[in-house]
Amino acid sequence: MRLLWLSALSCNGNVHSLLNYPQYEQWQKGFEWLYHPLLPSLHTFEEVEDGVKGCDVLIVDGTLEQNLLKHRRPFSELLERYATEAKHILTVGTCATFGGIFAKGEAGRTGVHFCGEARRGEYEWFWQKSISLPGCPVQPEALAGTLSLLAAGEPIPLDELRRPKYYYAYTVHDGCTRNEYFEYKIDEHRFGTLEGCMFYEHGCQGTYTHGSCNKILWNGLNSKTRNGQPCMGCTEPDFPKEGLWSTPKHMGIPVRMPLGVPRRAYLTLAGIAKAFRIERFYKPLMEEE
Amino acid sequence: MKQSNKTERRLQIISGALKLFAQRGFYSTTIPDIAGSIGMSAGNIYNYFPSKEILAQEILKTISAHLGQQIRRINDQDISSREKIKQIVKIYFDTAEKEPEMIDFFLRVYLSNREVFGQGCEGMICVNDFVTEIMIFFDDGVARGELKNQDFFSAFGLFMGYLGGMVFLAGEKILPQSLDAYTDDIATNIYNALKAQ
Repeated sequence: MRLLWLSALSCNGNVHSLLNYPQYEQWQKGFEWLYHPLLPSLHTFEEVEDGVKGCDVLIVDGTLEQNLLKHRRPFSELLERYATEAKHILTVGTCATFGGIFAKGEAGRTGVHFCGEARRGEYEWFWQKSISLPGCPVQPEALAGTLSLLAAGEPIPLDELRRPKYYYAYTVHDGCTRNEYFEYKIDEHRFGTLEGCMFYEHGCQGTYTHGSCNKILWNGLNSKTRNGQPCMGCTEPDFPKEGLWSTPKHMGIPVRMPLGVPRRAYLTLAGIAKAFRIERFYKPLMEEE
Repeated sequence: MKQSNKTERRLQIISGALKLFAQRGFYSTTIPDIAGSIGMSAGNIYNYFPSKEILAQEILKTISAHLGQQIRRINDQDISSREKIKQIVKIYFDTAEKEPEMIDFFLRVYLSNREVFGQGCEGMICVNDFVTEIMIFFDDGVARGELKNQDFFSAFGLFMGYLGGMVFLAGEKILPQSLDAYTDDIATNIYNALKAQ
């Protein structure tokens, strides 16, 4: 399967993310790069600008900007040319999907199909063959895995934002090692420590962020929440929010509830759960006898 | 015995016990006293509630659910926070006047005999229905920009402490007027303390 990678306004985070895919060496045997910004490719970027044939999957990363010039040609011209030919278009990373960080910096910057949560009409003509792989950066497993499924001709169930359900039907809360602390409403911790929930005070968005960071660990090893940093909600259309390290609250009540949980029911449950004082949660587990 | 009869009996015990607890306090009231007041045998009461402590806890849950339901109806209305405060104050004072044992139970048993509620009513477990509705009232008020975003317990203590204090004064017959005469002034004071600047 032949892949072509186009970067708009990008920090190259998604490009590097794929390089950190633990099974990259084995995985890459099934693919050929017509062009990739860092990896050995069949063509130079100048040749891509002039037009190359054979693109099966177009991978787009970075935020779109009106009149963005990519070397000699407008980015939109390259995007349209290869989107016409490609069988699938992957918007990789939150910038290409929703606009992301760069879109916060200036007006007129968007993702390919979305501007935040709003659908854009400009590239409607290739919506049906597009797949969204948001993340800041994209989780390498989501990118490599999706490409493998496409290569195998397997059907990929998508959500309403065209994110593959295999990777985005879960929330980051799934598999979080701090779930017991969440259940009993214990938020006492310092960044970088192994215990305590970060939902109530420290802005963790894991309970309503679609992503598999705690089911498919980064580099097979770790995730933000396992390492002691709140989930920043980087796969969602409204990323990045302001004040990432604190939880917006109304008189102590988190403004946003876990995904699909009615507020009244949640508050009732939380009130009951908080009544338990489970001693082992109030000191580092390693000191617990 | 039919389920509806059992439920009725249970409520009858709760209601009879509530009155005696509220009047005499927890320790001066015995299960035989309660049984006598509702024409039931003490042994039969134990079929419904295994201990006096558990009976007191069930009473607390019943009162909390009763007040919670009424505040929920207020929360569900599309009216301003200021109007909601007035209605909550009114409900509280109406309850204190028409069913004084409910509020007396709160003040004389729940707040005074904490040891009775230690196991089974930890934290807010037994008053959850009521507290949840107050939380929703606060949350809505802040979301609408009508109430100041402040610490929950500072606001909760101010609201409930004020109402409890007034009911206590009324119960001691210190207030020159009936409780409902103070509804508007008290609602205004609470609103002024909670409103967004």
